[in-house]
Amino acid sequence: MKSITYLPCVAGLAFAASGAVADTPVLQVYTYDSFTSEWGPGPAIEAAFEETCACDLQFVGAGDGAALLARLQLEGPRTDADVVLGLDTNLTAAARETGLFAPHGVEADLDLPIAWDDPDFLPFDWGYFAFVADAAVPAASSLRELAASDLSIVIQDPRSSTPGLGLLMWVKTAYGDEAPEIWEALADNIVTVTPGWTEAYGLFLEGEADAVLSYTTSPAYHLIAEDDASKVAWPFDEGHYMQVEVAGKVAGTDQPALADQFLAFMVTDAFQSVIPTTNWMYPAVVPSDGLPDGFDTLITPETALLLPAEEAAEVRDGALEEWRNALSQ
Amino acid sequence: MAQRALAIAPGGPAFAAAGLVLLLTLGTLAAVVLRAEWSGGLAAADWAAIRFTVLQALLSAGISVVLAIPVARALARRSFRGRSFLITLLGAPFILPVIVAVLGLLAVFGRGGVLNSAFTWVGLPPVSIFGLQGVVLAHVFFNLPLAIRFILQGWLSIPSERFRLAATLNAPVGRLLEWPMLRAVVPSTFLVIFLICLTSFAVALTLGGGPRATTVELAIYQALRFDFDLGRAALLAVVQFGLCIGAAALVWRLTGRDPVGSGMDRVVQRWDGGHPSADYAWIAATAAFLLIPILMIAVRGVPGLADMPQSIWAATFRSVVVASVSALLCVAMALALSMRGGMVMSVIGVLPLAASSLVVGTGAFLILFPVMQPSGAALPVTMLVNASFALPFALRALGPAVDQVTADYGRLGASLGVTGWRWVRLVVLPRVRKPLGFAAGLAAALSMGDLGVIALFAGQSEETLPLAMYRLMGAYRMETAASAALLLVALSFLMFWLCDTWGRKDADA
Repeated sequence: MKSITYLPCVAGLAFAASGAVADTPVLQVYTYDSFTSEWGPGPAIEAAFEETCACDLQFVGAGDGAALLARLQLEGPRTDADVVLGLDTNLTAAARETGLFAPHGVEADLDLPIAWDDPDFLPFDWGYFAFVADAAVPAASSLRELAASDLSIVIQDPRSSTPGLGLLMWVKTAYGDEAPEIWEALADNIVTVTPGWTEAYGLFLEGEADAVLSYTTSPAYHLIAEDDASKVAWPFDEGHYMQVEVAGKVAGTDQPALADQFLAFMVTDAFQSVIPTTNWMYPAVVPSDGLPDGFDTLITPETALLLPAEEAAEVRDGALEEWRNALSQ
Repeated sequence: MAQRALAIAPGGPAFAAAGLVLLLTLGTLAAVVLRAEWSGGLAAADWAAIRFTVLQALLSAGISVVLAIPVARALARRSFRGRSFLITLLGAPFILPVIVAVLGLLAVFGRGGVLNSAFTWVGLPPVSIFGLQGVVLAHVFFNLPLAIRFILQGWLSIPSERFRLAATLNAPVGRLLEWPMLRAVVPSTFLVIFLICLTSFAVALTLGGGPRATTVELAIYQALRFDFDLGRAALLAVVQFGLCIGAAALVWRLTGRDPVGSGMDRVVQRWDGGHPSADYAWIAATAAFLLIPILMIAVRGVPGLADMPQSIWAATFRSVVVASVSALLCVAMALALSMRGGMVMSVIGVLPLAASSLVVGTGAFLILFPVMQPSGAALPVTMLVNASFALPFALRALGPAVDQVTADYGRLGASLGVTGWRWVRLVVLPRVRKPLGFAAGLAAALSMGDLGVIALFAGQSEETLPLAMYRLMGAYRMETAASAALLLVALSFLMFWLCDTWGRKDADA
């Protein structure tokens, strides 16, 4: 009998709870895991945005950048996502092709080393790929020199990781038709090819290789968070391929105004100042306080390499085939 | 196998368990197939991946089994202080999460590892762990414990009376007792390890050294993530199932019938066989190979233990709950299936081994998404998937014991009208307690370390310990991640040890 008496109360409570939720609009932002983790930018950005929006900002983590797009494709037009944050320029062509994105409509003064005019995707941070090594190891000064040297490196698989794909594009952009030769020459330098950044960086820190494919900003982590100045990124003569991380508005969103508000917020100081020491990348718009101490010690490549999204999508399969053939011998 | 058991074993639970396994393996595959747009068959690179996958799986399974035979024999016929604990401890590598094990192996076999330091010291050239040899080494490290355990069980199931009889008659123990046992046990052990290695992903990719070492599972990952080619992923998953069923059919043809009667877990007193020092050398070498990498994990994990973030403890709690539930579910399913028995149930029992966890995860996602937010179902789905993925091992451990009970007491039970749940409770459970404890421990530990399906579903609030550890590494926090790894290994082992010890308590009675 007791349970019957209580039932209306419970139902009433549940009703009240759902009513309270319905009052606060929810903005769902799909992103990659490390963005939402407690060491990533997610928590601080969530707090800052919720102060201004009278809404509930929910980050939904979905693996890495590639997994994020796959997740969106799995869900299709029915997706609950309002904004997708964390794709890079190697993925935006495929993302655009899904037809799931709408123009972002934000006018911002971006601090990128390249011009940006994509109507659908808005950058929130960027970085240069680079080989990171111990300062004590003699540095290579170009991909070609690295390939000719005895230095050992760990790289990521372009078929499962975005830095791996970045290196593929780097070699292709810098060397064009000569790319297969560079890969063949690099083959004996490559200790192993890992599924993702995490494994590669772990192997490097274990001392399994002289250098690892990462970002020019990686030494900043060791310097700022660990007070360890022993890691350096090698500047390469060919220039460095860039990773530009972007966000886009989902066309079928049920919160279009909030999504617009979030994208506009994304290029303000409140968002951008969180990026350098949580995501360990360069902010897309340098905050008014400038970059944190330690970032001034990083190398700044003279040439920034980046293929436009559509071109990157076109050369990918061919470049992948060259990579596989060169490393399978 | 014993004659199929009369009317005493309930059929309903077995069908439910079989249905669940089929849904999670073939059902999820069907969900992916239904969503796929077909874009053509397998490419040359896919065939290369299939060849490499089979080659490394054959080598890994072969080496594991060949090494396990002398070690299991040594453990079966020698008694020494701490033997039982050592046997449990030797099982530890099997339950390690892949990335943790790889780091442990690198600390021993890597460029700056113990082995190469020793080589440099005596003037030998360093060896590289990367390449096919590394993949096989890691797979043997993972699976040797399983092989030892299964084969040791075979040895211990030979009743000591027969050894005594053989000794009295001066009959050849090897040919009469050990060879038939090995013929019964080795092929299925080989099969299980072959199948485990067949679906290997992270080991092959991390230690493989390049695209030469592409496995089918990696090709599936690529198809799902980078090309979003569900059709190719499904096709590759079908190839994986095909390889699994082909291998299983072959092995079942080769497997001899287990001719021996019931035995007890005691060290058998023996009157035959080589010098004890050879046996102890095998045991010592195996212990060194399996335990030094784990020791290295422990050593590296200690410094960061003090400053582990709060979220690790929440993730730990979640992992323990998930592991406990999936262990219970797993042994319940294994019990139901093995009481039902028969060829079909056996096939269903190994099916999860051949399933690609990526396809299972994707399929489950596709099935759930229309009805609910998948992250809400992350933990229940993980429990179900982990329970089914551990099912083949649980069945392998429980099956023979259940058969034995049915053979010994089935007719008596039927004539007394002890059927259904009463039969399970009064007759079966007390007699299969030992393999039950082992199976539960294995399922719990495997579930603790699993990072397969959860990664596709889980948000921050459904994070399990392996996922938290992986995310720590992704945030450059290697030292904290090493501590989380130590915690994970310790807990996995503790859960295994608790269940296993519960099972072995009064095992002689």
